[in-house]
Amino acid sequence: MRVALFLTCVNDTLYPDTGRAVVKLLTRLGVEVDFPMAQTCCGQAHYNTGYRHEAEPLARHFSDVFGEYEAIVTPSGSCGAMVRELYPRMGERARAEGRGDTLAATLAPVVPKTYELTEFLVDVLGVTDVGAYYPHKVTYHPTCHGLRSLGLGDRPLKLLQAVKGLELVELPGADECCGFGGTFAVKNADVSAAMGTDKVRNAESTGAEVLCAADNSCLMHIGGTMTRLHTEMRPVHIAEILAATEASAEVSTEEEPSA
Amino acid sequence: MSGTFVGMPAFPAFPVAAHEAVNDQTLRGNLRHATHTIRAKRAKAVAELSDWAALREAGKQIKDHTLRHLDRYLLQLEESVTAAGGIVHWAADADEANLIVTQLVKETGESEVVKVKSMATQEIGLNEALEAAGIRAYETDLAELIVQLGKDRPSHILVPAIHRNRGEIREIFAREMSEWGRPAPDGLTDTPAELAEAARLHLREKFLRAKVGVSGANFMVADTGTLVVVESEGNGRMCLTLPETLISVVGIEKIVPTWQDLEVFLQTLPRSSTAERMNPYTSTWTGTTDGDGPRAFHLVLLDNGRTDTLADEVGRQALRCIRCSACLNVCPVYERAGGHAYGSVYPGPIGAILSPQLRGTASEIDASLPYASSLCGACYEVCPVAIDIPEVLVHLRERVVEGGPVTREGNKVVLQPAKGHAAERAAMRAARWTFTHPGALRTGQRLASRTRRFHPRTLPGPGKAWSGTRDLPTVPAEPFRDWWQRTHGGKDGAK
Repeated sequence: MRVALFLTCVNDTLYPDTGRAVVKLLTRLGVEVDFPMAQTCCGQAHYNTGYRHEAEPLARHFSDVFGEYEAIVTPSGSCGAMVRELYPRMGERARAEGRGDTLAATLAPVVPKTYELTEFLVDVLGVTDVGAYYPHKVTYHPTCHGLRSLGLGDRPLKLLQAVKGLELVELPGADECCGFGGTFAVKNADVSAAMGTDKVRNAESTGAEVLCAADNSCLMHIGGTMTRLHTEMRPVHIAEILAATEASAEVSTEEEPSA
Repeated sequence: MSGTFVGMPAFPAFPVAAHEAVNDQTLRGNLRHATHTIRAKRAKAVAELSDWAALREAGKQIKDHTLRHLDRYLLQLEESVTAAGGIVHWAADADEANLIVTQLVKETGESEVVKVKSMATQEIGLNEALEAAGIRAYETDLAELIVQLGKDRPSHILVPAIHRNRGEIREIFAREMSEWGRPAPDGLTDTPAELAEAARLHLREKFLRAKVGVSGANFMVADTGTLVVVESEGNGRMCLTLPETLISVVGIEKIVPTWQDLEVFLQTLPRSSTAERMNPYTSTWTGTTDGDGPRAFHLVLLDNGRTDTLADEVGRQALRCIRCSACLNVCPVYERAGGHAYGSVYPGPIGAILSPQLRGTASEIDASLPYASSLCGACYEVCPVAIDIPEVLVHLRERVVEGGPVTREGNKVVLQPAKGHAAERAAMRAARWTFTHPGALRTGQRLASRTRRFHPRTLPGPGKAWSGTRDLPTVPAEPFRDWWQRTHGGKDGAK
């Protein structure tokens, strides 16, 4: 199966470890992974801030880059939801504006074959035990778009439960938003920060060392709040946990050049 | 529509109002306790029904069908109400509605009215309009009474005094009741039973004295002309039956075609709002009946921006709302910002999509409401008529930043993009250009990586909105794409 990794612009720029972890994990599971170099951004930030028309060229670009692959895998619930839920809506809106079916037709091929990472593992590859080893106490935060738009359900938990050495503890108020919300984090900074603080306090109450999620943008907000509140916890993307093995207790960051 | 929201001062933008609320620890505590309690109860009440998803879909379809044919059902309703002995009045906006009600009360010769809890009369500022005409309106719903006595504003659709705790309510009763009628009993404590008894005694004399009642309605049945009020306390039943004259002000979207349609909503509304299987009092009335209840019945049908909202293909779903307030109770933003920050009698997620449609997006508060959400989707999940609130929020954000065609007062107009978004618009355009030119993206990423030792941990100016409470992520030594190209040969070059 020829699978394209849609890493997302945020992960590409700020969280390359997550990308390396996805490549390592999928390769270990026998998947041939490609990273199309022309990929950029799905357009979610534009769309959700009210710039739908600016998001359209980005969606078309996405379709150009990924259209030929059998499956597109992304380690982001919200970017996955952008393609699966909102690309069809963009097509409908263009039609309603009297611009015909062109946009809908252009975007249609990528919609059904885009998978969030945990969906791809559980639904397409049919695995829950990915052979990972991670000897830490972990709590899991289901991010909103993964939870509600994609309906990831208990897939991430099943994957985490099968990880050797990992102790999974339940997060109180797990399904409450962490307060990131893209531009919401700066447009309504006070409320966003209050939500983030409550999320971190709930996470701390579990006694876990690691707060895990399937979306680094939420983890950027939660992690930034954690360091500011001087908590001992660390935010870790689920891909990095699933990629870790006994040979490499942590995901390898080898080959990173010194800056 | 110059008269929309009489008596409402200019409200600050949402983030400004929310700033104060977030830092008010008493308010945060009151809201956290109240919303979490009702949230859990609602989830339990809904989980009891195996056909909840089907009821939700049915409610959505009934409302969509009715809205699609609203013109026909409104005329049918007028005919049915008139045939049953009622008188129908049509109000295009708040001013017209207030004028009609004031005139009707004056014609009775009375100078006071008792009120059933009603969002429509709050929306038009009826109490203030009556006060200006020398008519005193007494709120009889317990929470509305607390708000009225406290010279306060409602902060929740169902529980307007949700921002108050028992101690504060005791204070208000002890201090204010004597100004409005029967004083609070001496030595009043903050136990719920004593507070309820104080309210009961205070209100009883008003029910027995009142000659005019004013209400809204949860539903209006087009084929029989029946109005329906759903409540918990029984004060509504008093106001609907004891006075000689009953005036009901109801938004035009409250119609259902037949009694059979009520079957759906009388299951979904109580479970969604109070988490009850069935609410204690459901009052229905059809025109007037000799020797039973009010001798005169007036129905004021209120538009006040609803027809304009109906003209918008995406936004019109907000008119399905049955005012259950489940979306408020589950909203993490409402829980922390409180209802007053929304600058409208409709707070929370539904308010954030209803107010900017009913009132337009011209004011600071209305232009900021579509952004008062992290788009987490919890509101959509609980909505018993499946209003996709995040979809409408994003649609209204688009209206704010891009402008475009809308309907105002029945006329098609083209809005200009809102002021204050110029820098954001430029940034979005620049980002779009970069993201459609992968080479440019790569250059930017490399620049960020190579300068990373000089990146500050906090940002000045507008960047403080992020770094005031959160550390910035550290930029890695190289972006993923560079690593990929080094290790996998970059089979697929940047286009």
